[in-house]
This record gives sequence, structure tokens and C-alpha cells, in this order.
Amino acid sequence: MKVLVPVKRVVDYNVKIRVKADGSGVETANVKMSMNPFDEIAVEEAVRLKEAGKATEIVVVSVGPAQAQETLRTALAMGADRAILVQAEGTTEPLAVAKVLKALVEKEAPGLVILGKQAIDDDCNQTGQMLAALLGWGQGTFASKLVAGDGKAAVTREIDGGLETVELTLPAVVTADLRLNEPRYASLPNIMKAKKKPLETVTPDALGVDVTPRLKTLKVTEPPQRQAGIKVPDVATLVDKLKTEARVI
Amino acid sequence: MANILVIADHDGTSLKPATLNAVTAASKIASGIGGDVHILVAGKGAQAAAEAASKVAGVAKVLLADDAAYEHQLPEDVAPLVVSTVKGGGYGHVLAGATSVGKNLLPRVAALLDVAAISDITAVQSADTFERPIYAGNAIATVQSSDAVKVVTVRTTAFETAAAEGGSASVEQVAGAGAAGLSSFVSAELTKSERPELTAARVVVSGGRGMQSGENFPLLEALADKLGAAVGASRAAVDAGFVPNDYQVGQTGKIVAPELYIAVGISGAIQHLAGMKDSKVIVAINKDEEAPIFQVADYGLVADLFKAVPELQQAL
Repeated sequence: MKVLVPVKRVVDYNVKIRVKADGSGVETANVKMSMNPFDEIAVEEAVRLKEAGKATEIVVVSVGPAQAQETLRTALAMGADRAILVQAEGTTEPLAVAKVLKALVEKEAPGLVILGKQAIDDDCNQTGQMLAALLGWGQGTFASKLVAGDGKAAVTREIDGGLETVELTLPAVVTADLRLNEPRYASLPNIMKAKKKPLETVTPDALGVDVTPRLKTLKVTEPPQRQAGIKVPDVATLVDKLKTEARVI
Repeated sequence: MANILVIADHDGTSLKPATLNAVTAASKIASGIGGDVHILVAGKGAQAAAEAASKVAGVAKVLLADDAAYEHQLPEDVAPLVVSTVKGGGYGHVLAGATSVGKNLLPRVAALLDVAAISDITAVQSADTFERPIYAGNAIATVQSSDAVKVVTVRTTAFETAAAEGGSASVEQVAGAGAAGLSSFVSAELTKSERPELTAARVVVSGGRGMQSGENFPLLEALADKLGAAVGASRAAVDAGFVPNDYQVGQTGKIVAPELYIAVGISGAIQHLAGMKDSKVIVAINKDEEAPIFQVADYGLVADLFKAVPELQQAL
């Protein structure tokens, strides 16, 4: 079974982002970029499937600027076999990415697509569900456990009340939540090897997909800042403040 | 003048509070364009939930699709129903609470309609313009949709709940579309608790890595019970296996905004702050006085939590 893993290049999760003064967006120039953490988990899951003999080939895909090649190389260093960059500048919305991925799925015919449940930049949490819809496949979102069997996969999902397990007919789309696994660090020899793995570049046009955004971002602003309050010396003062000042107990 | 369709999140007998938050957002949209708010209840034997929906203030009509296929809200089965309802009813908006059910379903609906989905809105500016947090809430984007149908999930903490009583909507049966055969429900392990639900609680007590082990969480539970509070946790505490996943408060866990949030042994990573910084009053108890949580706390107590928490419980 071939596994397709879409990955996104995002502002590193440790970076404290800055909103641009003109309100047009968030500053991404000269900011550390990394693979979306949920996508790292997706890559790791695919690599584990391959190590367990359940996956035969792992193809990683990124829709984004030329620099997304670095993200793809990271995935290759983790154990993916080859990479496809769908080069697109500017904002690519989840619906557009899902359409690009659908075109690639039709070409590559994977048995499973695993991707992160959400990207930590736009926080949309949509692409996997949209891809499954466009393909007419089942979806196992927010997965904390994946058991791939013969023509079926059991996915345990993190839901508001606890956990839920669903069985999906393969091929299907699975989106990774935090506790699906702990991604490995790529070793130096694997990073070197990854440089020689195939990386193909295509355009959305060549795939026949229009990636024009559907939403217009009118402005991006800072959220209201919360001011630090006071330090209290002891529990008695804390209780007193909560009762008489904040009046919440 | 298109109407607005709210997808109910329910357990067959009652509505989840998130549905009422979504109705409030829907009413805001409706007041600008003069449409009606309808609720779609898809479920198996969900007559009681539909009746509850019919009593919600501001709701003009309830659509009940009773079909065995909808028992577990599998999106593969429910999405086609929503799509046919939207197309048949000429709806201009589809809304749901940003719960695990809404987040699973609505992007699938949007893709089938070939429209963008707008996740987790925190404000309605007009019928086509919404505010939503990005980058873990460190920026707020104002987005405008030109699509024919706006598919929107609603951040529950940003909208009041609509009154659960006072409405008298009609309940109309709609035919189910059956199962798509792509997925099936196997089992659920739901956390049982007598405490209030995390997202609806007036007070939340959360523990982090500083709790050191799951065996220490009863300390927080005792405090929570004294306050009538829900118990939450940081990602670090969940990842370490101290408590189950549904306790997690943060960017990718639950978003809460209680009257009082007590963070115990939580350092305050931005991903955690994203889930609780809209709380009215924040208390932090941490032995590390440099912990970032103190930068958002109204009241900070630098102390050993194993001494301070029992003392606090006694003092209440």
C-alpha cells in the first residue's frame, strides 16, 4: 500500500509571531519556519506503517513556495521515499489544497492519506475532511491510534467526551492528533541520504486546479492583550482577593 | 433572503450547549439579512432532541432526520444530508459549534458544496464577514466570503448561549439518505464525571506538568469539587498520561472562558494560553516565579502547589 502524506511549511511553533503594522497579515520574513507539528506526526505514522511492513512507499507532498522543499527534505530524512512540491505562491486555502491533493491522489493511487489535523498558522482544521469529501472516501480525523488492516483501518479519535473508534473502508483519509505518536528526529546520515531522494516539482495549473482564494482577508489585528495582575504572598490573601476584589467565589 | 441552517450537536435526547452558541451567532447573521434560523437534527430516535431544539428562542423551524445511519454522527453519512438540505432549502449559511462533531463535519460539507469553510469564528461583522483567531489566537483575522453558501463553525466561548426555552418552532421530518458505507462506528470510551463539562463550567481548575503524576490529580479534584468546578489539564499533563485527552485545554484541545480559571503547575506555553486567556479571572499557582503563566494571571501565587492547593481548599 502506498501512503501519501501532505505536509505544510509553517512558522515554527516556538516563534512569537508579530502582526504587521499595516494589518495585512503576520510577519513571516526572517522568521524560523518548520514543518507543521501535526504533519510531522503524520509522517512518523507513515514511516511506522512502512517499518511494520504495511506500507510499501511513502510519498510526501507540499503545496507552497519553493522553500517548502526544505520541509519535504525533512520528511524524506524522517523516512519518506519521494517528494512532490506543488509550487504555489501566496495563500493557499484548505479547499484549494484539497483539490490539488485530489488530483495527486488520482495520479498516485495511494491506499491511505495521512496528514496533520490542523496547521498551526491558519488553525483551520479542514484540509483532511475536504480531501475525503472530494474523493468520496471515509475520514478518520483527530486520530490518536491507527490500525491498518486488510482493506480496512480502525481509527481511534480524540473527541470532546473522550475517545471514539471508527472503522474505515480503505482507501481513506486520516488526520493526526498530538498523541498518535512521537515523531523521530532525523539522523545526520538520513539527512544526507534525503538529499538524494527524488523531489519532483509541479504547478497547480499542470494539475488542472485553480487555487485562487475564496476568502478575502480584510485585516489582521493583534488580539486584546491581557495585563499581568499582581502576585499575592499567600493563600489567605488569594482567597480574600477572589472574594472581595474579583468576586468570583 | 436566504435562511440560516444550524446543525445540532446533540446526544439524541438533549442539545449540547454548543448548539445554543451557534444559534446566537446565526441570529446575529439573520438580524442583518432578515432570514430565519432553522436547526437540523440528524440522529437515530432523536425526537426529544428535536423537541428541545424547537424550544430554543429565535429558532423558526426544526428539521428532524431520523435514520439509523445518523446515530453516531459519522460525517460520511451526515454530510450528504446537510448538502441536500442546503440545496433543497436554499440556505445561505450553515453553522455549527466548533465541537469535535462540528469540526469533523462542516469542512466535509463545504467541500461537497465547493465553498470555503470558515473555522472557529469569534465575531460576526456582517452576513459575509467574520473574525477568527489564527496562530493560536495571537492574531485575529477578519475574513470575507464571496461564496454562495457560508459554512462556518462557531467558537462557543465567543457567543452567549441562546435561551433554551421560549421558542415554539415547528418540527418537520426530513428523509434520511442512509449510510454511505465508507465508515462505521466501533466503540466509544467516554470519560465519566459528575463535575460540570469543561467548556460550560463557571470555574475551571487545571493541572500541568508540575502535578508530577496522575496520582496527584485528586488534589485538584478535591479543590474543584469545593468550587463546583471542572478539571482541565495542559497538553504536557495529557501527553505524560496524567489524565485523559478530553481534559486538554489549549490551541488544539478545548477552548474555555470561565469566570475563574485556576492554573496549577502550568508553565503557560502559548498553545495553552490560546485555550484559556479569555477567562474572566485567571489565578496561577506555580513555584517558578518566571513562568509565563504569571504574565496573564490576575492573581499569581509563587508557591509549592502541594502545599498551596490543600491550603486553598481548606480556606474556601
